[in-house]
Amino acid sequence: MSELTLTVMRLGFLAVLWLFVIVAIQVIRSDLFGTKVNPRSSRRGGAPTAAGAGAGTAPTAGRPAPGPGPGGNAAAQTQTQGGGGRRRGAPTQLVVVQGSLAGTTVALQGQTITLGRAHDSTIVLDDDYASSRHARIYPDQTGQWTVEDLGSTNGTYLDRQRLTAPTPLQPGMPIRIGRTVIELRK
Amino acid sequence: MSTYDLSSGAGRPVRRRTPAGRPVSRRRGNTTISPQEAPNRRNTELALLVFAVLLPVLAYANVGLAMDSELPGGMLEYGLGMGSLALVAHLLVRRCAPYADPLMLPLAILLNGLGVVMIWRLDKAGKLLSGNFRAAQNQLMWSALGIALFIGVMVFLKDHRVLQRYTYISMVAALVLLAAPAFFPARAEDFGAKIWIRMGGFSIQPGEFAKVILTVFFAGYLMVKRDALALASRRFMGLYLPRGRDLGPIVVIWLLSLLILIFENDLGTSFLFFGLFVVMLYVATERTSWILFGLLMSVGGATAVAMTTSHVKTRIDAWLDPMAAFAPKPPKGSTEQIGQSLMALGSGGVTGSGLGQGRSWLINFAAKSDFILGSFGEELGLTGLMAIFLLYALLVQRGLRTALAARDPFGKLFAVGLASAMALQVFVVAGGVTGLIPLTGMTMPFLAQGGSSVVANWALIAILLKISDSARRPGVEPAPATEGQGGPAR
Repeated sequence: MSELTLTVMRLGFLAVLWLFVIVAIQVIRSDLFGTKVNPRSSRRGGAPTAAGAGAGTAPTAGRPAPGPGPGGNAAAQTQTQGGGGRRRGAPTQLVVVQGSLAGTTVALQGQTITLGRAHDSTIVLDDDYASSRHARIYPDQTGQWTVEDLGSTNGTYLDRQRLTAPTPLQPGMPIRIGRTVIELRK
Repeated sequence: MSTYDLSSGAGRPVRRRTPAGRPVSRRRGNTTISPQEAPNRRNTELALLVFAVLLPVLAYANVGLAMDSELPGGMLEYGLGMGSLALVAHLLVRRCAPYADPLMLPLAILLNGLGVVMIWRLDKAGKLLSGNFRAAQNQLMWSALGIALFIGVMVFLKDHRVLQRYTYISMVAALVLLAAPAFFPARAEDFGAKIWIRMGGFSIQPGEFAKVILTVFFAGYLMVKRDALALASRRFMGLYLPRGRDLGPIVVIWLLSLLILIFENDLGTSFLFFGLFVVMLYVATERTSWILFGLLMSVGGATAVAMTTSHVKTRIDAWLDPMAAFAPKPPKGSTEQIGQSLMALGSGGVTGSGLGQGRSWLINFAAKSDFILGSFGEELGLTGLMAIFLLYALLVQRGLRTALAARDPFGKLFAVGLASAMALQVFVVAGGVTGLIPLTGMTMPFLAQGGSSVVANWALIAILLKISDSARRPGVEPAPATEGQGGPAR
């Protein structure tokens, strides 16, 4: 083999090896550089009805602040509910804000989320004040996310109110279980 | 998920994703933050796997062309062998852990493949390498066995949390595995370290398996005890000092690791064992004082043992003066290996001598096992060695990322433990080969020749993939209200 071929192969192999490393890093780019911001290309969810078309930009305006104008938003939400698409005001993730699991997120895709110390809970709370099966968060028939206390010893608090019945949740409302605080985010 | 052009049905022009369209939506602040990319990334994994299988095949071609001026005959078989192993593993991940991390399997396959190539290349050195025997076939067979265990773990371990039940059983199992080699007779060719169990013509290194099993125990134990270890402490000079009785566990582990050092003469296993515990203790309690204690205890213990045991003392002497063995009158018991490995790394330079063109067979039998990094350093140079270290770093990073994403404390600690075990092992081996720390008898995960190591590390990867699957899984049953119909049908 000629010297030149061998040199080319040697450098070529190193280049390909590094290419693999770079491709691998590209795959986990979102871990390294944070989440990606996608501009929305079109309004998603129910526009075509009269209410949706009339409201036009109303949901957009109402979006940054969680639920200031329940009128317009709720109307748009119930409109699209029948179709079942992803609603504009709907929360997309559940975030643990305080406690030993702070920073954990769960994507909300219509599943029931169970909270508690039991090992098969969706979020296993390592919290001395939590019960085995403490609470659950689920979408009710209309798709509204709801929190329910499952007869826990120390109770589940929404803001400062102890829950006694299934309660609808708005994004940003802190759910407190022992030392853990959880909220829904959009 | 609804699709993007639903609103186009109302007779208005389709708003496409054009560059002109973007600023408009930006100005309205009409943006979404996507939490992660699509959760299931199996296709990415497949693409990377193809890459990871082709890269060693290229290395084969390179070795063959350099050494025999022709494409090696076995190239296709090795490529197909690694390729089919990778494919089986991938299909199983698709089936059993569909949301698992996309990077770990390709990284492991690539490292394993590169290891097989380098071993094959050193086999070809023939008589030049003293005590040479065909090891590449064996290594490929062990890799297949490793993948078999990988498949076993994937199929039978439905949920990693099951392992939590076996906290104390795994402690006993790990101790038995760690202690077993001490009861087998030492043999001359083991160079003092007693870390093998030999049965017939067949030997295993139980420490590699103990690494995984011990992590189960540490994770289960610390999950229960971490509050006592973290909270009950006094503050002294900015450090949280634990109560005397809480020092119990760390002292017990320390004594055990010293016993390993004394009876098995192995710095590596001892260091890995103790280091793993200190790392997990720190992660579980967030108390820096444990690291301080751990460092003091390990340095103190190692020094004390080095004073008394001759084998450990030789290792430390060889580390302090690696070239002593080349002196006209070498001191008794000195070894040339570290010096040779440093020379190999040096002659490799920045871009290496090229695959198949180095002289790393001069490191003798260990060129394929403990010193395989030296062989890579010579033939691929600093550039290639850095890439290999980055591959390990990525593997460890994925493990730690899995721990961050895991939703249960046991899974978090378990994943941290497995990732740090791998990190510590890479550090110990690489440090030994480059002369940073005294040489130990550990092997480079996946890369080095050695059956137990390959098999145990495949099991480790399988467990990490399982944990990452359960951590990234979006949820089980999609409710009919929000999923399924995918937006208004139009």
